[in-house]
Amino acid sequence: MLHIVNKSPLTSTTLESCLNTAAGGDLLLIEDAVYAATTGSAFEGKLKAAMGRLKVHVLMPDLEARGLADRMIEGITPVDYAGFVGLTVANKNCQSWL
Amino acid sequence: MASIEVDGKNYETDEEGYLVNLSDWNKEIADYIAKTESIEMSDQHWEVINFLREYFDEYQIAPAVRVLTKAIGKKLGAEKGNSEYLYGLFPYGPGKQACKIAGLPKPTGCV
Amino acid sequence: MSDVKKFMFVNRKAPYGTIYALESLEVVLITAAFDQDVSLAFMDDGVYQLKKGQQTKGIETKNFSPTYRALEDYDVEKLYVEKEAMEARGLSEEDFIVDVTVLSRAEMGAMMDEQDVVLSF
Repeated sequence: MLHIVNKSPLTSTTLESCLNTAAGGDLLLIEDAVYAATTGSAFEGKLKAAMGRLKVHVLMPDLEARGLADRMIEGITPVDYAGFVGLTVANKNCQSWL
Repeated sequence: MASIEVDGKNYETDEEGYLVNLSDWNKEIADYIAKTESIEMSDQHWEVINFLREYFDEYQIAPAVRVLTKAIGKKLGAEKGNSEYLYGLFPYGPGKQACKIAGLPKPTGCV
Repeated sequence: MSDVKKFMFVNRKAPYGTIYALESLEVVLITAAFDQDVSLAFMDDGVYQLKKGQQTKGIETKNFSPTYRALEDYDVEKLYVEKEAMEARGLSEEDFIVDVTVLSRAEMGAMMDEQDVVLSF
């Protein structure tokens, strides 16, 4: 399953709920959720802990827009818009967390 | 949507005649808009237009008149950085009129 | 001349994900025309607004971060960043596009208390 999250991890509990719920599969961070993919953030530990179970992807145009492309946590897969589409096609279902 | 025709090409503008796409702008369009504003472009006019475009390029905004006046004074000298000089060039307002000719949006806060 | 009031704009949202950051900036530029005592507070995700190196071509959105550098021209020179929020996001003063004053939460609270008008974004 593909989980898509678009909320900042330090402002909303969305990503935390997603990580607490998702058993496995892919996680794609887009829009303000890309802040969760950066080193030095207070959420870094929680995301890293989930990286064993989930394959984490980040939408690069959103990370670049926020000036943080050079601070991506190691082990996260960068994707472009085509990669985004690829993930939705490769998974049998997906949830966009609101 | 309104538009203007310059050299056989159409360019989209808003209802007040400001260019919609900043990248459309060129000197011919500037001359055309100036004519519609009854302004005969001189080197002094171009100096202000070029200054506005550089300011926009750097800060992504069209400066308010007060800010423009101060900034011009800093760059081009006190004899140009005052309302009398700038309104002499652009009688309907250096912000409003010059920005239109420069292909920039109306200054923020300008009504 | 009317009395000068102290206005504080409190920015707590990240840029681009929502419109708050840009709206706040535009209101600040308008307010600056009225010769008031304007200060900007950046708290929580709002500190991300000032991050250097924003490149918005890929999301086809206007990069408004250079406009914070124009605030000085508008005589808006009081920019406060919440220390705890900055640190929780792995950021430091060198990461910001403009010079700021870093305040602890307690100092920020005291600064808010001093204001006549506080506008929240």
